[in-house]
Amino acid sequence: MSTGWNVVAILGLAVITLVTRGFFVLPEREIPLPAWLRQGLRYAPLAALTAVVAPEVVMSGGHLIATWKDARLFAAAAGAGWFFWQRSILGTILAGTAVMMLLRLGLGW
Amino acid sequence: MAGIALGVAAWGLITGVTMVKSGLGVPLSLLMSLLVYAGSAQLAVLPLLTGGAPIWVAWATAICVNLRFVIFSAQWRPYLAGFPRGQRARMAYFTADLNYVVFMHRFPKPEPSPEQVPYFWGGTVTNWFSWQIPSIAGILLGDAIPTSWGMGFAGTVALIGLMCSLLVDRPSFVAATVAGCAAVAAYALPLKLNIVVAIASAVAIGMVIDHTSARGPASAQDKT
Repeated sequence: MSTGWNVVAILGLAVITLVTRGFFVLPEREIPLPAWLRQGLRYAPLAALTAVVAPEVVMSGGHLIATWKDARLFAAAAGAGWFFWQRSILGTILAGTAVMMLLRLGLGW
Repeated sequence: MAGIALGVAAWGLITGVTMVKSGLGVPLSLLMSLLVYAGSAQLAVLPLLTGGAPIWVAWATAICVNLRFVIFSAQWRPYLAGFPRGQRARMAYFTADLNYVVFMHRFPKPEPSPEQVPYFWGGTVTNWFSWQIPSIAGILLGDAIPTSWGMGFAGTVALIGLMCSLLVDRPSFVAATVAGCAAVAAYALPLKLNIVVAIASAVAIGMVIDHTSARGPASAQDKT
């Protein structure tokens, strides 16, 4: 794409940020949702996060990784473990990133 | 929030480095960082922009990656509905992942109160600066930071933390497992539609569990 088109693409992406984050906030009247859907949607934020995260951890180049010697697996486990132990998101980030960098730089995984 | 900002900063730095290293160029990378302000969507569309994919493919991909914000926004509504639309738009634009989790943790009851406003802006402004400053630094420094360190994974780890904070009971574990498996299994779909598939499967499973378990959906009320 040319620079001009890239600018258009980026402006569009900014609009997408606003519209997705404001989807139910922007309309004047509440968007009616059937009760069954409202109830089911309580699982949706968790599902959406998991769907973004899972492929980042266990896939590379569009395929499931075939080795356990992948720093991401251990970093993810360390992060999750830390969270359930200490309930702190900062600790989770630090523990996961530390394990990641140790394995990458130390063992070359 | 101050602590969480460190993780956001690491993620922003790497997103900045990745943007400029992908060949987008410094001016466009700066524009993207300052306007789009959505890390995982930016990373997802980068190869599409530099690879010459049609513009609508990049947009559709970003919408799928940002789908979680649509769902978060339903939960933001009771807190923000009282403000005029212009202000709602300004507030909604800044509601990043971490702001959602921190705010909902601090104000679990979905009703507005005056002390929420300074809390909201404190969190969102902190998040904005702790994202933008490292992101811009990453764009300008570019080649000085090797991506092989794996620091970009900090963003994923931050999302793992958020994910764990939503794992509150057995049905939520089941729903998350289903979503993760579905997202991986459907990964080959274009436009990141695997995320849509994962959300739909997890919501379906969650509803089945709610309807079959004796406990019923009583605990459903606290989130909606």
